[in-house]
Amino acid sequence: MAKKQVVSTTINGQQEEFLCEPRQTLLEVLRDVLDMTGTKEGCSNGNCGACTVLLNGRPIDSCLVLAVEVEGAEIETIEGVAPAGGLHPLQTAFLEQAALQCGICTPGFIMQAKALLEQKPNPTEREIRFYLAGNLCRCTGYDKIVRAVQQAATAQQEVQV
Amino acid sequence: MRDFDYAAPESVQQAVQLLSQANGSGRPLAGGTDLIDQVRMRRHEPDLIVDIKRIPELNVLEIGADGFRLGAAVPCWKITSNEDISRQYTALGDSCSIIGGVQIQNRASVGGNLCNSGPAADSIPSLIALEAVCVIMGPDGQREVPVAEFCTGPSTNVLKPGELLVELRFPPRPAHSGSHYRRFIPRNEMDIAVVGVGVSVVLDESGENFVSGRISLGAVAAKPLFAEEASSLLAGRPVNDETLAAAAAAARAIATPIDDMRGTVEFRQHVTGVLTERVLQRAIERARSGEPGSLHP
Ligand code: FES
Ligand code: FES
Repeated sequence: MAKKQVVSTTINGQQEEFLCEPRQTLLEVLRDVLDMTGTKEGCSNGNCGACTVLLNGRPIDSCLVLAVEVEGAEIETIEGVAPAGGLHPLQTAFLEQAALQCGICTPGFIMQAKALLEQKPNPTEREIRFYLAGNLCRCTGYDKIVRAVQQAATAQQEVQV
Repeated sequence: MRDFDYAAPESVQQAVQLLSQANGSGRPLAGGTDLIDQVRMRRHEPDLIVDIKRIPELNVLEIGADGFRLGAAVPCWKITSNEDISRQYTALGDSCSIIGGVQIQNRASVGGNLCNSGPAADSIPSLIALEAVCVIMGPDGQREVPVAEFCTGPSTNVLKPGELLVELRFPPRPAHSGSHYRRFIPRNEMDIAVVGVGVSVVLDESGENFVSGRISLGAVAAKPLFAEEASSLLAGRPVNDETLAAAAAAARAIATPIDDMRGTVEFRQHVTGVLTERVLQRAIERARSGEPGSLHP
């Protein structure tokens, strides 16, 4: 068996060191080694986006990243999104718009939408749909998700004014 | 996933050495969006994965008087967010903006899309239209191969064991030139091309005549094609419906697609002609205006 390697990264602002085999994906390490099970596995082949996390600020499918690749990188997962004792505007909006049913796609959608709003605080509906095209949801039919992202965008802008 | 060793060398020389020593059982890793899934599905069974993203030469992105150099590991997002590329090598920006969704574009590289050598790969017709050349390093030194001659069949190419694609080199863009890539897919996003067409045109000063053109087709043969005759039918001709129709007919004539759930042979051949005309029209607009316009048609 290939030797395990030590990988040091920053996850949700915290320095982390873990031991993993080269064949383990970032998704597997997050869930099985670090017990951060907020990030979900859907397809494990890059189609569904349930495993989306931010790698150096950009959303990627963590099932298509080897954990050994993230040496020195910064990672943000769903566990780091809510401020202490509260919810992120996207989380509030997803709840208020009922933008989830079974919820397995939700952490991925939140991470992806968060990256979108950081790049484009006021996206059009078309921009939202294109940006979220790599995230699949079998329950909601997407409209509620799009509305939740719109609500969060408005809420974030109001906070800034 | 299958067990393998991992190395992340910091020079081309080390990478080539590692790949040569692996005797054909080593695979380079850039964005991993094809490779990791293929290893999981056992389409590839490497004993060694060589991460090439820490090698400076493979991260080059330079546009100057001599043309454009693109390191093989540069991810799509760096291409779509580069204004010089969008203005000058527009077709490549078009391709990179539709390869997978955002998550995939944040990882996938053009070099990887080329080396994976899928017949429907979205970047390859653009590379061929824009006359890109592969710079390849191997145990016996460096060689150059035009992208039009790189792929040899579905998932196969001219790379020999131990060889590594280092960068793609594009000639400078002449005045009054424009390029475009578009594909036909049944969905709005995130699908595999039923037909893909990449085009580059150079017009004369009046904008009414072609100086030259290059047309390339994806997803209609065992490998992406350079449509040589169709391209030659543009040179020196006036920009009009007749010229476009003649080029489209010649492009259609070399399409030898397969039947599958995305389309029949007949449908794909028809779409090849239609798309060739439309993509030419867009490239002509861009050559005349000097503006890329929106990347999504
Ligand atoms: S689990 Fe990673 S994209 Fe589906
Ligand atoms: S809420 Fe069930 S998949 Fe989206």
